[in-house]
Amino acid sequence: MSQIDKIENKTVADPGLPAHQYRPTDVDPKLDRRAERQIAGMFLLAALLAVAFCVAYVTIDKDQTFLRFSAQNFALGVTLGGSLMLIGSGIIRWAKQLMGDHEIAELRHPSASSDDDRTQALADLNAGLEESGVARRPLIRNSLIGAVGALGLPAVIMLRDLGPLPYGHKNTVWRKGMRVVNDVSGTPIKPSDLEVGQLVNAEPEALFEVDEKGERVLAGTAALQAKSKAAVIVVRMRPEAIHAARGRENWGIDGILCYSKICTHVGCPISLWEQQTHHLLCPCHQSTFDLANNGKVVFGPAHRPLPQLPLGVDADGYLIALSDFQEIIAPSYPELARDQKKLDKRNG
Amino acid sequence: MAKAYTPIEKTDVGKKASGPVAWMDDRLGLAASNKLMPLRKVFPEHWSFMLGEIALWSFVVLLLSGTFLTFWFQPTMGDVVYNGSYQPLRGLEMSQAYESTLRISFDIRGGLLMRQIHHWAAMLFVAAIVVHLLRIFFTGAYRKPREVNWLIGLGLFQFALIEGFAGYSLPDDLLSGTGLRFVDGLVRSIPIVGSYLEFFVFGGEFPGDVIIPRLYIAHVFLIPGLLLGLIAGHMVLLVYQKHTQWPGPGRTNDNVVGYPLLPQYAAKAGGFFLVVFGFTAMMGAIFQINPIWLYGPYNPSEVTAGSQPDWYMGFVEGAVRIMPNWEFTFLGLTWSLNVFIPAVLLLTSLFLMLGAWPFIENWLTGDKREHHLLQRPRDVPTRTAIGVAGVVMYAVFWIAGGNDIVATKFHLSLNAITWFSRIAWIVLPLIAFFVTRRICIGLQRADVERVLHGYETGIIERSPAGGYSERHAPLAAGAQFSLTSRDHRPAIEAPYQHDAYGVRDKHFRMSKLRFKLAKFYFYGSVDKPTAHDVEHAAEHFAEHDGHPVPLGEDFQGVSETGIPKAH
Repeated sequence: MSQIDKIENKTVADPGLPAHQYRPTDVDPKLDRRAERQIAGMFLLAALLAVAFCVAYVTIDKDQTFLRFSAQNFALGVTLGGSLMLIGSGIIRWAKQLMGDHEIAELRHPSASSDDDRTQALADLNAGLEESGVARRPLIRNSLIGAVGALGLPAVIMLRDLGPLPYGHKNTVWRKGMRVVNDVSGTPIKPSDLEVGQLVNAEPEALFEVDEKGERVLAGTAALQAKSKAAVIVVRMRPEAIHAARGRENWGIDGILCYSKICTHVGCPISLWEQQTHHLLCPCHQSTFDLANNGKVVFGPAHRPLPQLPLGVDADGYLIALSDFQEIIAPSYPELARDQKKLDKRNG
Repeated sequence: MAKAYTPIEKTDVGKKASGPVAWMDDRLGLAASNKLMPLRKVFPEHWSFMLGEIALWSFVVLLLSGTFLTFWFQPTMGDVVYNGSYQPLRGLEMSQAYESTLRISFDIRGGLLMRQIHHWAAMLFVAAIVVHLLRIFFTGAYRKPREVNWLIGLGLFQFALIEGFAGYSLPDDLLSGTGLRFVDGLVRSIPIVGSYLEFFVFGGEFPGDVIIPRLYIAHVFLIPGLLLGLIAGHMVLLVYQKHTQWPGPGRTNDNVVGYPLLPQYAAKAGGFFLVVFGFTAMMGAIFQINPIWLYGPYNPSEVTAGSQPDWYMGFVEGAVRIMPNWEFTFLGLTWSLNVFIPAVLLLTSLFLMLGAWPFIENWLTGDKREHHLLQRPRDVPTRTAIGVAGVVMYAVFWIAGGNDIVATKFHLSLNAITWFSRIAWIVLPLIAFFVTRRICIGLQRADVERVLHGYETGIIERSPAGGYSERHAPLAAGAQFSLTSRDHRPAIEAPYQHDAYGVRDKHFRMSKLRFKLAKFYFYGSVDKPTAHDVEHAAEHFAEHDGHPVPLGEDFQGVSETGIPKAH
């Protein structure tokens, strides 16, 4: 850089820290005392609120309400929050108005160590490595690396029993002849219970089955797992609105169709039903399925159509399943294509 | 040589506490630690330095309120029939996790308050981290020597997201179960190993009976431990490298100006902790959050319309919603890109890009110096524009995450909003980039103008010819210095393929790429005026004596209201 460049690139000179500005409390003893009184007042009020918290804790009944919400929660929160905020802001005021306010300038030092320190540390490191002979004895070094690396295997294999190996697709609890029942009451459904345009949330009868002691056969986790694959919705449309795919012509009863309730995207239960368009919308990510057209995806991130359950009627006139689903329920997984092929083969 | 030293009893503190002070120092040598972490260590002041502090203090609030909740919470998925004091749910089967959360909410006095404080503090924690991160990004505070602290901060951000999500899942209500169902779908979508991961995470088929105890130990031990360790590292580096500061008169790259730790900074920070705690308590008192009793226990065949994750997961949710339904079979396996790209790749790439950024910037500017002065966003137009574009993209995803809410509240077509978002996440950030860069360049020019031609005094003069003009007056020396203490715009030289001897540069392609990126990076940036320019402009001011009335020595400008402005 030439001399001229240096002059021309010189930056504007630093005028240095501006003169100290005195605060009102520094120059007026009256204001100083007033601030002191006010801050002490804040602390006093905070103490009173802490006592009020205890009073609220023992006196307010948990069922009392305030503006429709729990009065206890409101009283405890406001007294605790008020007390904390008063102490906090009192301390901050003390710091800002009364504590000394002379700024200090501290010099920075480079983050790097001094040359001496660096040389010494590197020399120490070198001496240590030298004495260990780690560079001269590759046999020991490499076998040690190998041994420690091998210890990773037990660490990983220990995690094996976190869960069973994935078994891919398994049948749901639906079987041929199993009744379709209301998901809350467990009562079976007759075709005449449904009007055109109506949707009913349903489940397989197996979920309500009880043993001789009157206890549910499927309970707890097993019930949740069964539900997360077997939940269905039953809808009724005008029969002429339905475009059944080949082989599905007889899967409905007078315009009543049954579909899986579990979205093929990430498995949310779907039940937002648009009567007019026969669309079913998932509330989680808005995948939309056309139930009049075999559950085809018409919008959103889901890829696979909504699986359909073939419906029939038993001797008592109740809706039953004609078989299990012929498509895979719930979100996609890597082996899905393979499992679907197997399923297709089984179903012919 | 023996050094003269003052006995403790003769110092002011020592007179009162010589016993304990000497006792402690005799054993722990605490006085020496004053060198590592001086009691009078200086911290610079600016409102934006408080953002990280909010994150720190809300973490402490989370530890305190969370500990309270663990006294009653039962992290198990065992089945019970509810018999507690909340009438509408009586007789319902539910997990113990959900039942104990109901108990905390209805039967433990202050339990609901602590739950709500915990949830509000969690929202605040992540929000403060995000805003703090943006502050660091837009002011260039991550530059050498602070790259490591930037990475630690990203680790904190990432663990905070996971921690929040784990906590959201624990009560086992309908909403948290729906969140877990989504995670199940997300894990399954991971190519090749998805099913294995799902079975290992959930202990079998979803929902299984181990996910809540597993998430619990992660939520109360593993991740908080990691967060604590990273926070400690974050703070140690902050102390060692000292805080950055804004340039100003007397505030340079070689010093740090501010108030000492004892007493001012400690008092303000300590007081601020209580304010943050008090604020979350007020929120917990007044604003209901996560009323799990309204959602009911988890049931895989039920969901409520308008299901939303906590705000910080909204952008992932939005990306999942607007993603086209790409799924295909390849090598006999199913590839669910419709879930994998927005849920897994988006999060990973966000953190990878943020992590790589300081190193990319450093590589293309070739800057090897230490930086302790913050940059105003306008002074690095391209970086600011990239940041704003990123914020806009995040916002589009985030709004798309509530597309159903937007549709019902504003009576818009859901499908139209989704299609708009599918295009907007690319187009709007591009527009934001160019608009922001242009605004920054405009602001830079205005700064140069103020340094060289002074500020507008508010005095209108009429010339003998009848023209009106506003009189300008030179900026105060301090303001001139502040506006010119940024770096010069570096000269970027095009690389040569062959040197003077005709030898081919082996790294030519890399240098060319770097040259192109640097040109893009410094595009339009205005160089700052030098001392020479300023002196020249000052002479010009002096020559201008056509003014009817000279401004006094102590003139400070006139504001619109006629009150003198301080400059």
